Amino acid sequence: MNDPIIAIAFFVLAAVLLISALAVVMLRNIVHSALFLALAFVSVAGFYILLNAEFLAAVQILIYAGAVMILLLFAIMLTQRANTPMSNVSNSQAGLAAIVAAAVFVVLAFVLSKTSWLTGAAAVTQPNTEVLGKALFDYYVLPFEIASVLLLVAMIGAIVIARED
Amino acid sequence: MLSLNHFLLLGAVLFSIGLYGALSRRNAVAILMCIELMFNAVNITLVAFARFLAPAATASQSLAPVSTVGQVFTIFVITVAAAEAAVGLAIVLAIYRTRRTISVEDVDLMKW
Repeated sequence: MNDPIIAIAFFVLAAVLLISALAVVMLRNIVHSALFLALAFVSVAGFYILLNAEFLAAVQILIYAGAVMILLLFAIMLTQRANTPMSNVSNSQAGLAAIVAAAVFVVLAFVLSKTSWLTGAAAVTQPNTEVLGKALFDYYVLPFEIASVLLLVAMIGAIVIARED
Repeated sequence: MLSLNHFLLLGAVLFSIGLYGALSRRNAVAILMCIELMFNAVNITLVAFARFLAPAATASQSLAPVSTVGQVFTIFVITVAAAEAAVGLAIVLAIYRTRRTISVEDVDLMKW
């Protein structure tokens, strides 16, 4: 983490991520918002690589930039009618929402500045896909199976809710 | 040079942006997109904890490899987020089919 290249990569990725996140929230055309969301997902994968979580970076690209983006784009395609350029306008409580979001950020930043973390030995200092896989299929095998059941339930539920009848 | 606080602050900013979007958008799909942004902010925070925080000393009697807890949490968050996106978008499609709109201000059947 002391390499200046890593610091430069962090700030470039942070700029890309925050600008694309703001574009998701601010743009009026929901198709443009969705495409900037894909850019945000890819830059989050870059942060995972900076944090030595290369398996999560691959999962981020596959699940978020792949599957979730396709789902969102299909939903946009199936629900848009006329007036696409104004398809993502804000509602009447945008001012209040800005105040609430700013307040949440202030609270989070205050808590961050007050907390002293135990950042002694770095926990994950090298790529750890093998350790992660062993943990997932050994100690966390019951949550893993429950997650697979959750995905099955979600799949059946989505089909039942969305089908024509 | 780069510390844990850099990543946590980034996660806080991203979470706040997503929260603003989720509260202020009119399109239901846009609200789901902003919720995905908030999920990603939390995931960055969890992976940063896994990278920087020292494992607790109490881990010796547990079988769990403590250094991977944050990343395992992130995997489950991604799983639940994918399930949430699938069911949420199915609900949006069902609403669109019956009411021909996905503006959350027009879907007020259960609003008092």
